[in-house]
Amino acid sequence: MTAIEISNVSKVFQSWDGDAVAALENINLDIPENQFISLVGPSGCGKSTLLRLLGGLITPTDGNMRIAGSPVDGPREEIGFVFQKATLLPWKTLLDNVLFPLSIMKQMKPDSEQVARNLLALAGLEGFEEKHPDELSGGMQQRAALCRALVHDPDILLMDEPFGALDALTREEMSLELLRIWTEKPKTIVFVTHSITEAVLMSDRVVVMSPRPGRIQEIIDIPIPRPRTFEVEALNEFQQCAQRVRYLITGK
Amino acid sequence: MSSNNAPSESAISSPANKKSGIGFQLQRIWHVGQDVILPIGAFIMLLLIWELSVITFKIPIYLLPAPTLIFAETAAEWPLVWRHTMATLITVLLGFGLSIIISLPLGFALTSSRIVSNALYPLIVLTQSIPKVALAPILVIALGANELPRVTVTFLVAFFPLVIAIATGLLSVPQDLIELSRSYKSSRMQELFRIRIPFAIPFIFSGLKAAIALAVVGAVVGEFVTSDRGLGYLIQTSTAFFRMPLAFGAMVLLSIMGIVLFQLVGIIERVLFPWSTSQQVAGT
Repeated sequence: MTAIEISNVSKVFQSWDGDAVAALENINLDIPENQFISLVGPSGCGKSTLLRLLGGLITPTDGNMRIAGSPVDGPREEIGFVFQKATLLPWKTLLDNVLFPLSIMKQMKPDSEQVARNLLALAGLEGFEEKHPDELSGGMQQRAALCRALVHDPDILLMDEPFGALDALTREEMSLELLRIWTEKPKTIVFVTHSITEAVLMSDRVVVMSPRPGRIQEIIDIPIPRPRTFEVEALNEFQQCAQRVRYLITGK
Repeated sequence: MSSNNAPSESAISSPANKKSGIGFQLQRIWHVGQDVILPIGAFIMLLLIWELSVITFKIPIYLLPAPTLIFAETAAEWPLVWRHTMATLITVLLGFGLSIIISLPLGFALTSSRIVSNALYPLIVLTQSIPKVALAPILVIALGANELPRVTVTFLVAFFPLVIAIATGLLSVPQDLIELSRSYKSSRMQELFRIRIPFAIPFIFSGLKAAIALAVVGAVVGEFVTSDRGLGYLIQTSTAFFRMPLAFGAMVLLSIMGIVLFQLVGIIERVLFPWSTSQQVAGT
């Protein structure tokens, strides 16, 4: 079944001085259920804009999008959003931060707290439930943000360069962790990243985008068997896919 | 993210690297000394120099009374002075309370829409350009010779930094946090009460601290113009009769009141919103 359908979507931003900036032009993309898909491309190619459109945070200028068959007309409960920054609320404990989506959507149940605690434990944050975000490292904060996006068990996870602000080691570790969670609890994931290896390692398909205006340049299938670890980077298929993506982005 | 990694990170964030030993103890005493003993010492020095100068140079009382004389005369009139202090305190607190009651919704209104902001902002700035000392006598005619004009002047002096702080705080919420709450279908009210107001707390308290300090100033201005009690009134009547030590005593009490109230606001912030003080550097 198709989880996300994007047809002929364009987005034009009106800048302060009245100029129209075309962020996305004529985007067509269908994403099957439980597929892991990455959006890569240089800055300004509209990948974050596309993610925000899917999340219902902004509306398209043209075209239409459907999620699970119904048109996108605003934020939806079956979506979890992970931002580049952890965006944890500094005045809440880690546990309350993870529970934030449920409390905003008024879906707190007696077992919700246990669900949140289990997620934090899964993310290696056991014992930090009552800490405040400023007491944690950047990697730990981002893991908590991931737990928050998962707490209402969304069918779709939209991730906007979620590991972009982390150091290289934490970043690799987080990608494997995300793969593990995704294998355990399959979801449709749309993952925006600047990192070619990250995209190829994790995705079923990599969508390469080009800037001004943002367009889909090519969609590359990644035929590497799962489960994947960093060892697959040595495989020929991996190298070929990464080369192809790099060529599309840099022209070299 | 495997669990064997967590302890290494926990070591970073836990305050386990406490030092011990004699050297550290001495260092600590030196730091405490710098923070506490130095300012107190400097203050005592100032009083001493003051006292000695008055004696050596035979400065007349009506120019500058000695600290000991100020203390003695104030203590001699204590029941009277205390009554005046309480009168001023009530004016300060009423004016400060009025500032909060009016500034909070005003701050929300200013940030809620461009239309409201464009309409109200010039008016608020206008209230600040009016000299409050000039306004006070007019207010007495309009509101009567009672507590009301004094509280009104106090409010007019104190509320401005509070409104500005609240509006600034509400507007400085990062777009990320707004998007986060919107992605979970938050209503505008939820966004205000769950995201904007908590985020603005450190800003609001900066405004409250400025407002409480100014409220003391405002109350005295009000008392100068119309009052039969309060420390401002006491200063006026004392100087009229050349009782300079008492006037100085009233001034000292006003300063103490200002400092105590200011610190109280800080303590309330630390007790109710412990995260706020640690956020302040990042927030401002």
